[in-house]
Amino acid sequence: MKKSISMIQSDIISEFSMFDDWTEKYEYLIELGKSVPKIKDDEKKDENLIKGCQSRVWLFVEKKEDYIIYTADSDAIITKGIIALLIRVFSYQKAEDIANSNLHFIDKIGLKEHLSITRANGMLSMLKQMKMYAIALSKTQK
Amino acid sequence: MINTQEIRKQFPIINLNINRSNLIYFDNGATTQNPQNVIDTEKEYYEKMNANVHRGAHFLSSHATEKFEESRKSVQSFINAKSVKEIVFTKGTTESINLVANGFRSILKKDDEVLITEMEHHSNIVPWQICCKYAGAKLRVVPVKENGDLDMVSLKSMLNNKTKLVALTHISNALGTINPIEDICKLSHSFGAKILIDGAQAISHIKVDVQKLNVDFYCFSSHKMYGSTGVGVLYGKEELLNDLPPYQSGGEMIKDVSFEKTTYADLPYKFEAGTPNIAGVISLKSSIDFICKIGIDNIKNHENTLLNYATLELKKIKDLQILGTSKNKSGIISFNINSLHAYDIGVLLDKMGIAIRTGHHCAQPLMKRFNIAGTARISFAVYNTKDEIEKCIAAIKKSKKMLL
Ligand SMILES: Cc1ncc(COP(=O)(O)O)c(C=O)c1O
Repeated sequence: MKKSISMIQSDIISEFSMFDDWTEKYEYLIELGKSVPKIKDDEKKDENLIKGCQSRVWLFVEKKEDYIIYTADSDAIITKGIIALLIRVFSYQKAEDIANSNLHFIDKIGLKEHLSITRANGMLSMLKQMKMYAIALSKTQK
Repeated sequence: MINTQEIRKQFPIINLNINRSNLIYFDNGATTQNPQNVIDTEKEYYEKMNANVHRGAHFLSSHATEKFEESRKSVQSFINAKSVKEIVFTKGTTESINLVANGFRSILKKDDEVLITEMEHHSNIVPWQICCKYAGAKLRVVPVKENGDLDMVSLKSMLNNKTKLVALTHISNALGTINPIEDICKLSHSFGAKILIDGAQAISHIKVDVQKLNVDFYCFSSHKMYGSTGVGVLYGKEELLNDLPPYQSGGEMIKDVSFEKTTYADLPYKFEAGTPNIAGVISLKSSIDFICKIGIDNIKNHENTLLNYATLELKKIKDLQILGTSKNKSGIISFNINSLHAYDIGVLLDKMGIAIRTGHHCAQPLMKRFNIAGTARISFAVYNTKDEIEKCIAAIKKSKKMLL
């Protein structure tokens, strides 16, 4: 059984609490970023592109049985690291769980600045898109 | 030589702590910080002067108007314009360019040509696209060479009798290249074309003498010259400004209004509709005082020393490429480190309290020309030091190590 969204968030928060300083935290994010499977360049179509002024994000969504699976990529590695965390939380969850979730871990692990509009890194839009897909899918299910 | 330590004391923000480190501010191309005398003037205006200008008969209004016009005089002498009538206050470089581009819609004829360059900021591209579309004129783009210099041979070959206007930047915000404006003015004028210069990146870094350069229009922003945001200047030769139709209309810019016919106010008021950013305009004089007290040539030399030192040190970092290597450069360094994304570098430097700019710098066509998504950019001002550069170089090395 896949863990619930709130359980995964708690896991991430406790993992991050072990870092002593920003360097360790960002080194970990960079590692995560490198571990995200790359999307092939020819699959990076404009319709999957979430435009940010600073870095670009491509997001794919598919549905398998009751679960939603997200795949995403970015041209910036730190952005990718955060994407990896979002995917870990949301992927293979039920649409309505995603739609109703309360995402608090980003704030708790001190990465909130990456989700501010001023960063223009596509992350905030990506999060909105992830939820929107889930909301749309959970509606069609009813 | 200038006393940087004394200068730094005048900037409250320079002594801020960001992410637990002393702020190192290397994003001066985007905006410069304000010295205490500018902040004080702004504050004093609201404490002792606040009133609308050019209107009331009461004490405050005439006092504010006097200060407002003193600021205009100060700008006039700073750039050596012939008359205060040639100094129009706007909200920034962008608005100054738009004001002229809007006027040229009705001056340009079908098949006339406007020349811009590949290194322009979007705000010196889009207004001309719109203007040309409106007038049926042709917008032509002068290419940039590999080292970031303007391709003067192409420029010469593209100029012809149909060229009515040449619009280009004095200093490129992404490359640092200083364009040979005086020569380009001579060339353009020999074809009867007028010339507009985007001086946003030049005004607080090198001496600007509009008569010596012989430019027709010159645009700049107060916030890039140690002043407040929301204030800019359009310099235009008097006879050309007279021929240009009004931009915005309403209060302040009129002589007489009736429903049959409205006559416009004289220069420069014809272009200053509505209530301006009075505090900002008044404090612009304080920014100019600040610059003049140090001396623009001293500022230029200081920034040039920083540029040379930083360039030398950056070049020692393996796989680091500098975009823009013109011999004639201002204190702006754009770079990339092989496959690393500039955003990642920017995020990590920020963690170390260093503010730089990353991205396309509002110059997407230029980025396309060099086939890159963007760069990381360091840009200097008078308060920056060699010590800050050393810290920044160390931080770049650390970031590179973390990201690779
Ligand atoms: C070369 C250049 N032109 C124009 C502008 C626009 O200036 P403003 O936003 O103050 O109107 C900038 C600002 O970044 C610039 O660097």
